Amino acid sequence: MANIPQKIVHQYLRHDKKFPHVWCAGCSNGIILGAVIRAIASMNLNRDDIVMVSGIGCSSRMPVYIDVDTLHTLHGRAIAFATGIKLHKPHMKVIVVTGDGDCTAIGGNHLIHAARRNIDLSVILVNNNIYGMTGGQCSPTTPHAAISTTSPYGNIEPDFNICNLALGAGASFVARTTAFHVTEMQNYIQASLEHPGFSLIEVISACPVIYGRLNKKGGAPQMMTEFRDNSVPLTAVEKLPKEQVEGKIVRGILRKDIRPEYTAEYAALQAYAQKLGGESDGKEL
Amino acid sequence: MQNKKTSKSVKTPQASKAAGTQKKKVKAESKLNELQSSLERKTVVMQGNEAVAYGALDAGVNFFAGYPITPSTEVAEILSAELPKRGGTFIQMEDEIASICAITGASLAGAKALTATSGPGFSLMQEGMGFAKITETPCVVVNVMRNGPSTGMPTSPGQGEIQQSRWGSHGDAPAIVLYPDSVKESYELTIRAVNLSEKYRTCVVLLLDEVIGHMRESVTLPDMEKVRVISRIKPTVPPNWYKHYDENQKYLSPLASFGDGYRFHVTGLTHDSHGFPTGKPTESAEMNDRLRRKITHNIRDLVQIESHQMEDAEIAIFAAGITARSAKAAIAMARYRGIKVGLLRPLTIWPFPDDAVRKMLRNVETVIVPELNQGQFSREIIRLTKDKSEGDVVLIKKVNGQLITPNDILRRIKEVI
Amino acid sequence: MEKSYEVRLSGSGGQGLILGGIILARAAVLDKHKITQTQSYGPESRGGYSRADVIISDRDIFFPEATNFNCLLALTQEACDKYIFDLREDGILIVDTTFVKNLAIVADNTYELPFTEIAQEELGSAITTNVLSLAFLVKITDIVSEKSLETSIKESVKPAFVSLNIKAMKLGFKLAKNYGN
Repeated sequence: MANIPQKIVHQYLRHDKKFPHVWCAGCSNGIILGAVIRAIASMNLNRDDIVMVSGIGCSSRMPVYIDVDTLHTLHGRAIAFATGIKLHKPHMKVIVVTGDGDCTAIGGNHLIHAARRNIDLSVILVNNNIYGMTGGQCSPTTPHAAISTTSPYGNIEPDFNICNLALGAGASFVARTTAFHVTEMQNYIQASLEHPGFSLIEVISACPVIYGRLNKKGGAPQMMTEFRDNSVPLTAVEKLPKEQVEGKIVRGILRKDIRPEYTAEYAALQAYAQKLGGESDGKEL
Repeated sequence: MQNKKTSKSVKTPQASKAAGTQKKKVKAESKLNELQSSLERKTVVMQGNEAVAYGALDAGVNFFAGYPITPSTEVAEILSAELPKRGGTFIQMEDEIASICAITGASLAGAKALTATSGPGFSLMQEGMGFAKITETPCVVVNVMRNGPSTGMPTSPGQGEIQQSRWGSHGDAPAIVLYPDSVKESYELTIRAVNLSEKYRTCVVLLLDEVIGHMRESVTLPDMEKVRVISRIKPTVPPNWYKHYDENQKYLSPLASFGDGYRFHVTGLTHDSHGFPTGKPTESAEMNDRLRRKITHNIRDLVQIESHQMEDAEIAIFAAGITARSAKAAIAMARYRGIKVGLLRPLTIWPFPDDAVRKMLRNVETVIVPELNQGQFSREIIRLTKDKSEGDVVLIKKVNGQLITPNDILRRIKEVI
Repeated sequence: MEKSYEVRLSGSGGQGLILGGIILARAAVLDKHKITQTQSYGPESRGGYSRADVIISDRDIFFPEATNFNCLLALTQEACDKYIFDLREDGILIVDTTFVKNLAIVADNTYELPFTEIAQEELGSAITTNVLSLAFLVKITDIVSEKSLETSIKESVKPAFVSLNIKAMKLGFKLAKNYGN
């Protein structure tokens, strides 16, 4: 990894326009934005070829701060918008920033179908286990028995394992990390941007003001410490005894496969259709 | 782009002569029609849905995302075959919500984008259509209307989305909605819908009746290079000076695309002229007013109506789409019996042709409004009826999946004289 | 042609009636007439009800559905029962006696032939019933030229089925010519 001075982050921000930002003190979103920027910078990507798309929620406010083409869309629909952009301009790097509620509740359908198509999007899914922006309601990743404003007696629903969902849907690149593991996060983002296909990075993030407070997790430092102590790298999972792994966040690249990518397949289809010419005009009865 | 649609065409030299002498019934600005009538003609038998697909291609549409639904599916089927041949993109999305979002994203990346659906899908698209409107992103939604709420009668006609096409998305932003009454006009108004969406940077709706979508008529299409195509204005200023919502005197502003180097922000939040979110009352009022006035200050460009035998009419019929064709047949029957009846037919139903309707109301004693719903056009007529007693607006409504026939209308004409 | 001529082709899904309507419409356009062709059908691709209307005229056609037919082709009993009352008094009724066993009223100009049986026996496939009966209809009514019908069939059916359908057309013409003899 290239050695990027801290100042690089500032060169990518729209700080004359949109600061101060909307995030609470202790929120992980700023850390994640920093990792995204450092990944972009270390790859020397042309800034004009990057578009960042988001849905609705705290993490989805990220695009407004970064000086690339940015699109802040509807709740749950970031991947659908991103699909349109990528298909029309396949040379662009399309980064989707989304949250657990945005991407796996209201937007779950778009997630699984984009994964199935293997369209080259880099989805950074910020999982803070709660709907933060609306004040702390239960999300599909709120753990069983956890407290939220809509599960005041404890959540009776099991939570989604988002990476397994993406794996099952056919995503060709799937990784998980936490907001504590900044360098790892940056490396995964870079790997996803280099990966030709649909990639999903789940970043376990801290929402101390809402989720942490409701569930007595302490402040941001305590939650960060928990991410450090309560996670294991995938490479260590097989070596460790089962009881040391159970209940822990498994970090790592869970899948990295090369399989046909959608926009490349579509380009081939276009070439094929053009070769066939005007014969099949769709009007055969 | 190559014109492939002539593979099954039939050359009819006579048809071009006949077309030239035909009375031009469509008033308003019919530059498009004038252009087309002077061209070499190729006559083909075509469905309304096919005409929409070929109209879209001729208008330069190069991106379609959609989801199959009766009775609109032919549009998707044809474009799935035609777009890749022309370097365009077709994608079948997972639902209609994804479809409207994908075309909006593609449009922001510079595509001319269109989708086609029917009632249930149109309902799902409403939020996305609002996003296209607030972000002033050009796109076209074709809604081939079927009968009834919910699943209703998928292969039967209904005109249930007259008001939904105007008010369906939440919040309050105006709409541009076009409504053809023939296969040929489906082709023309699809081109016009794309043109208006590019010109006014908004989501334009084309309503089509199920019967017209599936009906075949002989159509004489113009040579493609003669079709008047409008494309969005590109910014000429350097990126630092670019405002995503910049106004010139006509309330239309240049539009950069993602990847052009302008690095702009687009949000569904209320925004300032640069596109960044704002909570300031002055800026939010300005944004909402801008959405309104770009329509209301351009009514003359947007509204198209056909006035059919209205000159001496004592009774007027106000109808659109397939129902207007029943009205024309009824008018012929009534006039044969010496009854002076005329028709006012909007080709643009939103913005509503208030001025034309007011003029009609001044000149006739009774207005008959036949429609395949519970009274959606008639609401607007009654809204504009100040001096008339309520009985002077006569409704003919039918919601059983059958068309209003010429005889249905003739019967009411006889009752009101 | 003085006024408009209304034809309804009726039966059930899978009998190829909508294709029949398209073929007739294209033939009429080849003969320089104006047309509308509409259809109504149930959700079934096979079975259920199906009808195709063709209106042929030299003037603008406003209302596109046939309401008062000059000619009705009925390939099933249900279709015959449902639509026979909308046939004009001087209208032509053509029924497929393979499936139509009873006539609710007797039209003056009624033609009865077991089209499906004939298609199966003579052409080896009931799938050609639509073109067979349409060609019969064209010969009887003379609404489009035989040449235009042939061109239209060639334009409308898949290349692999052209020769079979032309055979069916010729047989339909022959049946009409010899009808009643």
